[in-house]
Amino acid sequence: MSIPPDRRPDPEELLRKVQAGERRERRGRLKVFLGYASRVGKSFRMFDEGRRRKMRGQDVVVGAVQAAVEPDIQEILSRFEIIPPIVERYAGRTYEVMDLSALFRRHPSVCLIDGLAYDNPPGSRNPHRWQDVDELLDRGIAVITAVNLQHIAEKQDEVERITGKRAANSVPEAFLAGADEIEVVDAPPDALMGRPGDSSITDARRLAELREMALLLAADVVEEQLQDYLESHGVAARWGAQERILVCLTPRSSARPMLESGYRNALRFHGALLAAYVEQASLGEADRKSLESNLELARELGAEVHCLHGDDFVTAILEFALEQRVTQLFLGHTGRDRRLWRLGRDPIERLIDAAESFDVRLFPHREGA
Amino acid sequence: MSRGRLKVYLGYAAGVGKTYRMLEEAQELRRQGVDIVIGYFEPHGRRETIAKTEGLDVIPRRTIAYGGSTFEEMDTAAILRRKPQVAIVDEFAHTNVPGSERVKRWEDVHVLLDAGIDVLTTMNIQHLESLNDQVHHITGIRVRETIPDWVVDEADELVFVDLTPRALRNRLERGVVYAPEKAQRAMDNFFTESNLSALREMAMRHTAHEVEEKLTVVPGAGVDATGAPLNAEPPPRHERILVCLTGRPSSAILIRRGKRVADYLHADCLAIHVSGGHAAFGDDREAVERHMRFARNLRIETHLVEAHDVPMAITDFARERGVTQIFMGRSERQPWYKPFRETVVQRIVRRARDMQVTIVAERRR
Repeated sequence: MSIPPDRRPDPEELLRKVQAGERRERRGRLKVFLGYASRVGKSFRMFDEGRRRKMRGQDVVVGAVQAAVEPDIQEILSRFEIIPPIVERYAGRTYEVMDLSALFRRHPSVCLIDGLAYDNPPGSRNPHRWQDVDELLDRGIAVITAVNLQHIAEKQDEVERITGKRAANSVPEAFLAGADEIEVVDAPPDALMGRPGDSSITDARRLAELREMALLLAADVVEEQLQDYLESHGVAARWGAQERILVCLTPRSSARPMLESGYRNALRFHGALLAAYVEQASLGEADRKSLESNLELARELGAEVHCLHGDDFVTAILEFALEQRVTQLFLGHTGRDRRLWRLGRDPIERLIDAAESFDVRLFPHREGA
Repeated sequence: MSRGRLKVYLGYAAGVGKTYRMLEEAQELRRQGVDIVIGYFEPHGRRETIAKTEGLDVIPRRTIAYGGSTFEEMDTAAILRRKPQVAIVDEFAHTNVPGSERVKRWEDVHVLLDAGIDVLTTMNIQHLESLNDQVHHITGIRVRETIPDWVVDEADELVFVDLTPRALRNRLERGVVYAPEKAQRAMDNFFTESNLSALREMAMRHTAHEVEEKLTVVPGAGVDATGAPLNAEPPPRHERILVCLTGRPSSAILIRRGKRVADYLHADCLAIHVSGGHAAFGDDREAVERHMRFARNLRIETHLVEAHDVPMAITDFARERGVTQIFMGRSERQPWYKPFRETVVQRIVRRARDMQVTIVAERRR
């Protein structure tokens, strides 16, 4: 059974947030350009932003460049001061490690780093370049960098399923999500296919799948940051840009059609699937069992299951739905005869009446089904 | 002659750089020797963008007199006469001044496409019809210039033009997007950090959705009469959504929401209005006709049924047509003197035991 979410702000949590906020203020800002494949032009966009910032008088240097550089980037690069990397050999391979001490000494206001996913050789100060970036940020240096989808650790299985390949170096998704800004570099796949160079992915379909993944990853990061922003500004977010489906479970509801439909809707909308039930004190053995199997099915379908407390079913569901920014609420009904609507204050009707920000979808179910 | 290809640059607000990106591509095409012209371009006084038009052939706008003033619109006929390979047409969602040949710019674009001319155009996510209520709910702004979703779905390519809200607000502060006074007002109202983030997320999700939709279509297979791909994967169980229209203003919300859900689920979408019930309950002829027209514009098949018993007529129709889900608005409260009388929603729910019933929220602010 899942742990009921606690609605009161936890003092520890608040303190952590304040500290994180203070740390963030001293830290340099991190901006990441995210591409879905090589050659979508994210390096170009990154250096172009550096160029524009330099024109506006900011102190910009280049901390790392990719091994193979295209002519248009070569041209832009010539306008920057480049802090040369330390070249190291290890096990027959050549590594270009960012010269952190030189960067600390030089202390620019902005450092451009092409290729965020890069592993340093064993014995380096940090195993991964993203950790080097973290140190620059900690010293108050802003970093603009670029990364491709196939290097995001949590997405690598899915990328491998699509392309049959797995990139050796990776960056944790949390590092991306913690960036102050993330910008998507989007382009239609056919624009990439005609280009020379990396011909590893020439299949339009595969590219389209990667493109969709990158857009959704960015949307998820934006959603998370937006909710953080609203929370930190004391705004009760009662809306979002994402579809969020809540299936209300009771011991006697025929949960399967609701959950399966919820699953399919969430999948098609790339939304979230939640399932909730309101704890009831006195449940018979049969009801308890039936509820357990409904919850099991919900978990199998990937729903986030919540147990709610409260004397009143409608109030508990309503509060939870608002807090979770639900856009569609799924509810079972027996509705055999009008006695169920007796006195006009039946729970379903009360929910419909109060549902200002979400749709209520009623599923018929047979008694005992 | 084959129809021209349509490419849409999608942004989430003014100033993110849609037109700039489009013109960059135009310059690239010109370098490759493609015959490309500017059919319509809105400079907004932005220097960097204007610089990108250099060397591109411009088709002069035509002047239209209306209400004592003169307005400039795209000269579609002149572009047709010039017949370039590619035309740049800024601001896809624009509504033409009354007296123009066509109401909407996207209709002019269709004329160009029909003539075999490729078109590059720009729009923002908030101009998408099906998101109108969500955008209003989030930003408090009711966007008037909208484009039906199918028009955008039909684009051969959709490119998301991204810029972070912070960078956009910096641009506003530097006076790159609007004049200083207008910029400050914009930042206090529409261009708040949270509005921009939400719109941006919507644009990302919509682009992802369009990319996914195209994945289910084999290239070159074409579309059927309703614009749906002929060989799209069939849904596991064929869903059919019925939207119940009245004359009440909330019907517009119902239509947009029903169509949006239907599109995402690859379901059919029908709409019905039952007249002859109670004139007092939103049976305003003119409003009903307006809603029916609106539904048809979104490519929803509409039906008008005469019957006394509204819930019965709706459920009978739904059953006959194999509807799986009925979309309706909340019923009006019952008057105090008959509190035990069932509402329309209650009666439909009770009668439609083989269907799901969705009561759509009005998403007021």
